[in-house]
Amino acid sequence: MPTIYIDGKPIEAREGQSILEAALEHGIEIPHFCWHPAMSAPANCRICLVKVGMPRRKPDGSFETDENGNPVIQYMPKLQPSCRYPVSEGLHVLFQVPEVIESQHAVMEFLLINHPLDCPICDEAGECKLQEYAYFYSRGKSRFVEEKNHKPKHVIWGPNVIFDAERCISCSRCIRYADEILHDPVIDFVDRGDHVTIELFPGTQFDNPYSMNVIELCPVGALTSRDFRFKARVWEMSFTPSVCPGCARGCNMYVGVLQNQILRLQPRTNMYVNQYWMCDAGRLTQYPFVNENRIDKPLVCTENGTLTEVSWEEALNAFWNKLQSVDAKEIGIVVSGMLTNEDAFALRRFIQEYIPAATVMLMTVEDPEFEDDFLRVRDRRPNTRGVQTILGDFLASLSVEEFREKVESKQLKLVWVIGEDLEQVWSEEGRRIADGADTLIVAASNASPTTQVADLVLSLATYAEMEGTFTNIDGRVQHFIPALTTAERPYRWGMKASRWDKMGAWNDRWSHGPQRHCRPLWQILSATASIAGHSWNYRKAADVFADLSQTVEGFAKMTYALLDERRGIPLGKVDEPEPPVFHYDSHRLKPESEEYRYVQVYDKAEQWW
Amino acid sequence: MNVNQPSERQKMTFWEKLYLPEIARGLGITFKMLIGPKMTIQYPEEKYHPGGYYRGRPVLVLDEDGERCVACGLCSRVCPPLAIEVRAGETEREKERYPVKFEINMLRCIFCGLCEEVCPEEAIVMSKDLEMVFENRESAILGKEKLLVPVAQLQDRLEYLRMHQYYEPPARVQDA
Repeated sequence: MPTIYIDGKPIEAREGQSILEAALEHGIEIPHFCWHPAMSAPANCRICLVKVGMPRRKPDGSFETDENGNPVIQYMPKLQPSCRYPVSEGLHVLFQVPEVIESQHAVMEFLLINHPLDCPICDEAGECKLQEYAYFYSRGKSRFVEEKNHKPKHVIWGPNVIFDAERCISCSRCIRYADEILHDPVIDFVDRGDHVTIELFPGTQFDNPYSMNVIELCPVGALTSRDFRFKARVWEMSFTPSVCPGCARGCNMYVGVLQNQILRLQPRTNMYVNQYWMCDAGRLTQYPFVNENRIDKPLVCTENGTLTEVSWEEALNAFWNKLQSVDAKEIGIVVSGMLTNEDAFALRRFIQEYIPAATVMLMTVEDPEFEDDFLRVRDRRPNTRGVQTILGDFLASLSVEEFREKVESKQLKLVWVIGEDLEQVWSEEGRRIADGADTLIVAASNASPTTQVADLVLSLATYAEMEGTFTNIDGRVQHFIPALTTAERPYRWGMKASRWDKMGAWNDRWSHGPQRHCRPLWQILSATASIAGHSWNYRKAADVFADLSQTVEGFAKMTYALLDERRGIPLGKVDEPEPPVFHYDSHRLKPESEEYRYVQVYDKAEQWW
Repeated sequence: MNVNQPSERQKMTFWEKLYLPEIARGLGITFKMLIGPKMTIQYPEEKYHPGGYYRGRPVLVLDEDGERCVACGLCSRVCPPLAIEVRAGETEREKERYPVKFEINMLRCIFCGLCEEVCPEEAIVMSKDLEMVFENRESAILGKEKLLVPVAQLQDRLEYLRMHQYYEPPARVQDA
């Protein structure tokens, strides 16, 4: 563990680290554009230059001291790139000195010479590293009065990424990402000097399942998303930490919300799960279903066969009556891996207390083509592992055909599908199950062929509208919080909302997006239990989770605060904390420091309520 | 700290305390104004035509080649009463953004002029329009069709803004 001194402050660095890395881990941010912890350091942006020196030694090897007894430091005549300079014992680094500041000013001025002043039309504005550093590390005035260089502005690199050559500051992060992380080197620098630009190799396309990560990597707005292009300004959105439900990996992400609509998803650093990355499929497919084609209210099938919207009270009464009208043995439940751990636990308790003889079947959705050796896994549901752990013995080991035969032979009269579309997943078999059931109850968030033939539809909240936890494929339990408000759970103190969403009055046209009457499953079940005459005393997801952690062995001692603090905990590993790692965040909208404030404030608000 | 400030009366001179000479002085001003030039106008028969300094209804500038606004949303961000809503779209022009929707809620607007001050494109300015009558809340929300005004009608204000600019851009080298 070499000790280095940054502006005289001693820092315990690790062997093999660079100065910049060691400083970052101890809360000193040396400015950098091209350096990224996951990739090699080319040291070509030159903003991280610092003054470096070692204590001078006498010929006999002892340190030379001045009259006060302090070691004499011999500094290098020129500044050194801190992203590339390895630490060594007794290294002295000067960062806040006039020479270094002068160099930062010069580098910023140099970078801004040919950078267009089009922040008003740039999607990156607000979360731009160059903007931020221009604020902190530049003189604030330009001396350049000549014509700026003009380069192509609208280059389509691939299906998801668009390139603006004028804005590029040639940091080469995207080139190294394609080469070192994706092993798909299709881009490189061409030309020299201030004419340097990045181009695709002839006949290639930047088309990769992980291509969109360059958008967050790019310190400026040179690489932007074709999907998000011009949808909103960054500061108009709120970014809620969440977990991707696209596959069982459970990548950490931010949900960008404006007017109660999700506009984009972007990765959130978690070194234990997804590091800095997220796949394009996750970003592009995991938000449209939250915004569109939703079931806004519970639906009941009337006598003439049409579905009509009813209040939750009516729907829950109908639900309870339907469950009571058949024998518990004749109930078949199809459970989805989309349920959170809390939902699964509430379901377990519901089955235990009211319908212990019911046949419960877990619907798994596997897609071998989706799997790769980076992040994506075969299992397309976020919480299959958690549902299996919690429901455990309650799950019947049946094949789809056996289940269908049981339904068609009227052994199972009531089929209750939770969170899935039978027809989409099981195709022909699913359609026959839906048609064969005497009574079909569906709890779903989106309208689908299955909900159209149902007798009762309970509108379910999606991952973006509820608090809960997912257990990923490695058994890591991860907490997420609601990003959207619903008619059932309006805006609360502590929830993230942008200025427009927070301040809008009822009569403003822009203030509120769609408010849906949807509930998470645990709320539906605890309300049903109260109809049956029992009080479960679940007021928030944390209550259910507290109960879960006391009942199910793997979840013992877990709390939301602990899950947030350690960025997820593997099942049964509460007492063995993982070694701490540094979660590097390149750049995003500021201020955004109190990311995990939500839980504490939410709890306080609940007590006050 | 408790300090006794001298009251208004204690600050008066002997002549002011006498009261009557001051009354005469005040009346002197009144009679002087009676014969001086008149400031009052007979509105609405007579119209008030303010100069470029006036901050009336905010409008969008319409140039010869279309609107100047690039929908950057800074006016919306800076607006203290949240009167402005902007939604952007993409165009084929050199500046790739344009406002698909630009709405100012005139019931919220407080005519502070911050939107004009912050605008990087000089696209939103305060016009001289001071007559605003709305029959209901909906009609007070002005869309793009009511906000866009040809640049020729706004020359006064644009000149005034350039004269009173806070930041002076460096002199450009003229091409030969």
